[in-house]
Amino acid sequence: MGIPQATRKGHRAAALVLLVLIFALFGAGLSWLQPTLAFAQETAQEAGDVQGVAEGVYLAAPQPTETDYPQIAGVNSRVVVWLVAQLHLWFAAFILAVPIFVLIIEGVGMATGDERYDKMAYEFIKVSITAYSLTAILGGLLIITLFVFYPHLMQFLSNIFKESMFYYALLFFVESACLYVYYYGWHWLQGGFRKWVHLTVGLLLNAAGTTLMFLANAWITFMMSPAGLDASGGFSGDAWAAMHNFLWNPINLHRVIANVAYGGSIVGAYAAYKFLSASSAQDKAHYDWMGYTANLIAISALLPLPFAGYYLAAEIYAYSQQMGITLMGGIFAWLFIIQAVLIGTLFLSANYYLWCGMGRSEGAVRYNKYVKYLAIVIIGAFLVWFTPHTLVLTNQELKALGGPYHKYLGPLGIMPAKNTAVNIMILFTTLSFILYRRANKVAVVPWVKAGNAAQVALFSAGIVNILILGIYHGYFTNTVYKVAASIPQVATTLIIIVASTIIDRFMYRGARDVAPLRWGRIPDRAQYALFLLAVAFTWLMGLMGYIRSGIRQHWHIVGVMRDNSPDAYTPTLGYAANVVSVGTILFMAMVIFVFWLSHVSTVKTVPVLRESEA
Amino acid sequence: MRIFLNVVVFSLLIIGFFAGYSRFGIPQIEPAPPPVAEKLDLGAMTMEEFIALGERIYNGKGTCTLCHTAVGGRAPLLDGAAIVAAERLAEETYKGEASDVAGYLYESMTNPSAYVVAGFGKAGSNDTVSPMPNMLSGSIGLSEAELTAVVAYLQDLGGTEVTVEIPAEAVEEEEEPEASGEPRPAFAAPEEIIAEFTCGACHKIGEDEGEVGPDLTTIGAHRDRDYLRRSILLPNAEIAEGFEAELMPDDYGEQLYAGELEMLVDYLVALK
Repeated sequence: MGIPQATRKGHRAAALVLLVLIFALFGAGLSWLQPTLAFAQETAQEAGDVQGVAEGVYLAAPQPTETDYPQIAGVNSRVVVWLVAQLHLWFAAFILAVPIFVLIIEGVGMATGDERYDKMAYEFIKVSITAYSLTAILGGLLIITLFVFYPHLMQFLSNIFKESMFYYALLFFVESACLYVYYYGWHWLQGGFRKWVHLTVGLLLNAAGTTLMFLANAWITFMMSPAGLDASGGFSGDAWAAMHNFLWNPINLHRVIANVAYGGSIVGAYAAYKFLSASSAQDKAHYDWMGYTANLIAISALLPLPFAGYYLAAEIYAYSQQMGITLMGGIFAWLFIIQAVLIGTLFLSANYYLWCGMGRSEGAVRYNKYVKYLAIVIIGAFLVWFTPHTLVLTNQELKALGGPYHKYLGPLGIMPAKNTAVNIMILFTTLSFILYRRANKVAVVPWVKAGNAAQVALFSAGIVNILILGIYHGYFTNTVYKVAASIPQVATTLIIIVASTIIDRFMYRGARDVAPLRWGRIPDRAQYALFLLAVAFTWLMGLMGYIRSGIRQHWHIVGVMRDNSPDAYTPTLGYAANVVSVGTILFMAMVIFVFWLSHVSTVKTVPVLRESEA
Repeated sequence: MRIFLNVVVFSLLIIGFFAGYSRFGIPQIEPAPPPVAEKLDLGAMTMEEFIALGERIYNGKGTCTLCHTAVGGRAPLLDGAAIVAAERLAEETYKGEASDVAGYLYESMTNPSAYVVAGFGKAGSNDTVSPMPNMLSGSIGLSEAELTAVVAYLQDLGGTEVTVEIPAEAVEEEEEPEASGEPRPAFAAPEEIIAEFTCGACHKIGEDEGEVGPDLTTIGAHRDRDYLRRSILLPNAEIAEGFEAELMPDDYGEQLYAGELEMLVDYLVALK
């Protein structure tokens, strides 16, 4: 007995209204905080005699001396906080990202009626559920270590952000409740209106999780670009101004995109492991499809990530040229060569996986000849990105070369060349994906030739434009305009990606299959590309976490509260890399544990009965 | 189990590669330790010492040379700032409250938007807002006395009369630890020396485009080691044609270690 159509329509309308209300509620959520937080402007007199109150008005930033930092059992406080914070962040990024794409995949499954999407979405969320409690445990550990080792800083920060910290705790309950209903109610809330309710819970889960991250981002960006302080560095009482500091939104945007890419890569590694371990063709097909989808999610978010990075770096420069120069041209400049190696690794492994995936269909043979050219261009772009500006040389080498800059390679070391290279790398990754999508299909629309010609023209004109912009601004203008090409270059790349995707979408509508797409028919080595993606992503996040925190140099809160601890110095890159590596190994060990739990939760052991009991 | 071990070994190899590359493939630059505070007795200072203090702040703690260099054109050069100050005070676009040159220079550091030099305003502000921070606050945080010392230095740099008075109060000057008596670690590469002493601000070298001093990009082709060493130690002993004397600091002999000097000379000789 089915539900009458009119009733179903009524249910859908009601659910839609509910969804809109939830959007509005969370959209307005932060601005609602504003008047509420305004009461934080209590004066010290109202609050009673608070130690450290400046001029009898607001709490001034404390200035602890070296001996004020607790030393406990010879533990290096900076390394402990560094590792715990990074582990918390890795897990948090993972558990925040997974519900985003799970909701999308569930929605796709509902729209297409294909149950495989629903099954895969459930498996994704199952992987993240154990990670959720680990995130909370690490978050608790982080708070404890911060208060134990940096009590003065935490006292000052919690005075400013006490309201948002309170909302953070409340939202944590909301997020947990949503997650448990979303996960445990998955099979219960199936079909018709119930599915809409389930999607709504998923939306609430994402809204709560993302708002949680935004709140925490406000605290760390306040330390980089403090706001809401009076001229002497004391808190002015405007908590909203402190939250809505200069770098808050750039970091928010960057982290949302990076989290999705990262979540995709971790789930991809899970699928890869399950694929390698699978014994039946059916399981291999399922996990191959899961790995492909995870890689697709990771790439889709990876493509716009460099643009979010430009935006963040540009805002850092806009906030403080001093901080920007320290970041890109000072002691951290060499870190971006390491970053280039890591991002190059990400692009190469993601592309390699796509090329291997073309083996799923015989129809892809038509495109195999292009793969080597794609590989050459991507590797070439990677090498340009990876080229340092200044070479480290011995005196003999210096004499032989005639200077610290190579005659031909030196110009490749500056930003215009790197911007050009990364845009071309992104475009050729898009091309890889377009070829992959066409592997088993033949377009049947009458305008195929015109469509292909339009795409070729689009890519050719765009690449020429990117090259001209890079060369002109890089080598025929003075330093201050050298990065001026980046915005038009990015715009060109985005236009090509969007326009070519739209053309392809219409051109391959109703396309004919030339050969079946056989899920599971992919070499094992392709799965290692997914592991490489996950490990490189984890390590990269650790490295960039270090620089985000490191550019504060000897300041807890830049310009307001100095770090006078014994560890206030900036370490060498090798030292930072060692800490990041140890963190990555710890994280990977924990992730393996999470995956193992996810596996054993499905295993049933049948007790062997003795004969007498049989 | 075999698959599990394969994946673990593979992951460890990747992590090992990234860590090894960062350690051995990248120069391990030891960043300077945080500046430490040092008490200065202003009462016992001569005006020359006060101007020298301003120069140290200008090149060090004040981080002025990050932007006020010929390289990059991020901010106007200040060698003539004291000379043009009187004209700027009379301009319509001047929005400050200063009435003399010293006041203008002081105000340009505490309220930089009072007068924005054409072409150096914040993007989109039509040269009404300066991107420069207030030197009294923020991460630079100079004291009143330190700012006054920089004003004295800028007046002296422009060749104008130094009109400020040395404040009576004591001042805490932040110096790199080596300045407090401990030897600093030696520079490992000539580029580090060039960057630290901002040679590119005046000379064309590498990608720097300084025009105050001679072009050094091919200096090794027509100058020998002895000449270059002498030019660094005694810059006024022989002035290159078309350039002015007394512009280059003459204390590099005290600031550089002997090994560093030779490394720098080796480097310059190789520029052909």
